Amino acid sequence: MTTNQWVQLLFFFGVLFALVKPLGLYMAGVYGDKPFWGEKWLGWLERLFYKLGGVNPKKEMDWKTYTLAMMLFSAVGGFLLYLQMRFQALLPLNPAGQSAVPPDLAFNTAISFITNTNWQFYGGETTMSYLTQMAGLAIHNFLSPVIGTATVVALIRGLVRKETKYLGNFWVDVVRGTVYLFLPMAVIFALVLVWQGCPQTFANTQNAALVEATSYDQPVTNSAGATVVGKDGKPQMTHTVVTEQPIALGPVASQEAIKMIGTNGGGFFNVNSAHPFENPTPLTDFLELLAILLIPAALCLTFGAMVGDLKQGWAVFAAMFLLLAPMVYLCGVCEQSGNPLLNKMTAATDGAALADGNMEGKEVRFGVVDSALWATITTATSNGSVNSMHDSFTPMGGFVPLWMIMLGEVVFGGVGSGLYGMLVFVILAVFIAGLMVGRTPEYLGKKIQAFEMKMASIVILIPPLLTLLCTAVAVATGGPGTNNPGAHGFSEILYGFASMSNNNGSAFAGLSADTLYNLMGGVAMWFGRFWLAIPTLAIAGSLARKKVVPAGAGTLPTHTPLFIVMLISTVIIVGALTFFPALALGPIVEHQKMVHP
Amino acid sequence: MFKELATQFRMSVVFMVIFTVFCGLLYPGAITLLAQVVFPQQANGSLVTVNGKTVGSSLIGQPFDEPQYFWGRPSATSPFAYNAGNSSGSNLGPTNPAFLGSIKANVDAQRKANPDMAEKPVPMDLVTASGSGLDPHISPAGAEYQVARVSKARGLDPAKVRDLMAQNTQGRWLGFIGDPGVNVLKLNLALDALGGSK
Repeated sequence: MTTNQWVQLLFFFGVLFALVKPLGLYMAGVYGDKPFWGEKWLGWLERLFYKLGGVNPKKEMDWKTYTLAMMLFSAVGGFLLYLQMRFQALLPLNPAGQSAVPPDLAFNTAISFITNTNWQFYGGETTMSYLTQMAGLAIHNFLSPVIGTATVVALIRGLVRKETKYLGNFWVDVVRGTVYLFLPMAVIFALVLVWQGCPQTFANTQNAALVEATSYDQPVTNSAGATVVGKDGKPQMTHTVVTEQPIALGPVASQEAIKMIGTNGGGFFNVNSAHPFENPTPLTDFLELLAILLIPAALCLTFGAMVGDLKQGWAVFAAMFLLLAPMVYLCGVCEQSGNPLLNKMTAATDGAALADGNMEGKEVRFGVVDSALWATITTATSNGSVNSMHDSFTPMGGFVPLWMIMLGEVVFGGVGSGLYGMLVFVILAVFIAGLMVGRTPEYLGKKIQAFEMKMASIVILIPPLLTLLCTAVAVATGGPGTNNPGAHGFSEILYGFASMSNNNGSAFAGLSADTLYNLMGGVAMWFGRFWLAIPTLAIAGSLARKKVVPAGAGTLPTHTPLFIVMLISTVIIVGALTFFPALALGPIVEHQKMVHP
Repeated sequence: MFKELATQFRMSVVFMVIFTVFCGLLYPGAITLLAQVVFPQQANGSLVTVNGKTVGSSLIGQPFDEPQYFWGRPSATSPFAYNAGNSSGSNLGPTNPAFLGSIKANVDAQRKANPDMAEKPVPMDLVTASGSGLDPHISPAGAEYQVARVSKARGLDPAKVRDLMAQNTQGRWLGFIGDPGVNVLKLNLALDALGGSK
């Protein structure tokens, strides 16, 4: 990598490091029990929400009621979103006249957005009306991260509180997260994005007169969809001259802002943040990258502040960062070294090679390193937006995002869900350490016992199970819809189901939808979200009831480098043992084929 | 338990409605209003007009293949290149024979169109499809590769063409974030505005 590329990476992480603590402490205020200065500014809006919703903010819930509220809220939201997509043709704000979304696609998409996955088996500008985008999909861009944060806050309360069954009020956590965190951030960020060039309008697609007309040939098809063959035995073609460029617009900036802040990742347009209207300049690229990572990273410090020991938060943050950094480097190096097959091929013609790294599927304004950084971060967190096409990465460059997803979205992960996933790994690491030294494992003064371990095992085992099972079914039934042959086609399927099962949402986008993929993917996303959230809340409920054991000489400190290494190893070993055989069939084989053709 | 179920269900429906109004309608509505007042040019797609006619957006590339114009990057949108109503990358994998074939064809086309540069390597961005299929930029090297051809076709001094190239280059943010790019549509419009022989 070049010096400039190193400077870009160091600057990015420098800014991130500077911001996590202030934001983390701010969020600790939002979700804490003490009076909070933000109430002076926005307390009226918070109280308005309670009044409209009929909530008594003082009334707390036990873990079962909290879970029930979370599940019902998500299910109701998903059902209404499904209906909205099915009936979008009859609803207003549909200037392009988009028709009803087919049932299997609407099922997949509804679950995708309520689970913070934002997997997209559709192209936004050709499928969804403006109303569906902003008053359907984008509401869940607010709600799914807010719900994720509420869940992790409940878990933290479980660790902090003693001998109680109460974990807080779900509706209060949802309202406060929206009012004090996501809504203000989204408003500011959306306006910055418009300033830089993201459209924000309800007007229909604009047609521009092309400076130079272009044309294309298309085969003629009969009513059955088959190609018509002419007298000369070749398919008949129609020649079309194009003099106008349709330019799709819409309320893009408002959706883009919350899509990045809430680790959602569902793009307004088909190509997501590679589209110049979603991500017009190097500045927006930098800010969008920062927005992806900011809240999941700062939540580590929120955790530290809420348990009364910031070092605990920094330890979790350090483990996550150390899992991330080498992968950013690997992806950057692979993409910068490019594709030897291309260099060889062009050199064979007349001795001159192609300049620069792998630019297929990348945008000039971002270049190689910002694309590699984005790919790693968007998959480490559960954002899943893309500013370059992962499908066209080099095999090992594409291995990095796949691997980050397979680690279970715990390296910063989704807003809220990443931290609770990592805290479950912490529980596992504490347990393993306890076995090694022969003591009852405990974390932050709470004993880790059989019930917590059972729940933690469910959380850790569900996503890999879903990933491998769905991939196996897809391949066994013929693996339809891959855009590339061989090992790369297998990677497309594996990536798709890893992404859905872990609620990431990015894709090797050559994979195309069919009914089986839509249905299976929808089920995988549902279980990948809620069968992790429910056991997590069960752990929270169980921990809250326990006494606090004072730390003794035999207590394993959980903020030391030793423990950080222990935690990192646990995450890597679980991920590697589970997925190595599948990875060997995909990116690793393809890499061999590329290097030794 | 059933009472709790009914209560939480009712709250779920009520809050879905509240959030739809606040986050789904008021938030994008307010942003649209502000955007249209404060940044009307950007909010409506950064459209470029020449003699009162909309000829494109400064953020969206266009297809060019005549010698007097700079060419943008290959585009994988369908059914025609640079269809800004249907953005798409190629999604071809690095070892796919179809991918390798398309790169070879693009390299050959560039070499044939730019005989003055036969000894130089072809810049990567000129032969690879962009992620969006709408990339408005080419790298400065990609523009430099075409200067000789465009100057000849227009009978212009290459120094003049390079001047316009520099004027239509978007630099790095703060001088080091992102990569510099030459805006192909703006550069070509600037060349056309000079008039003269084509």
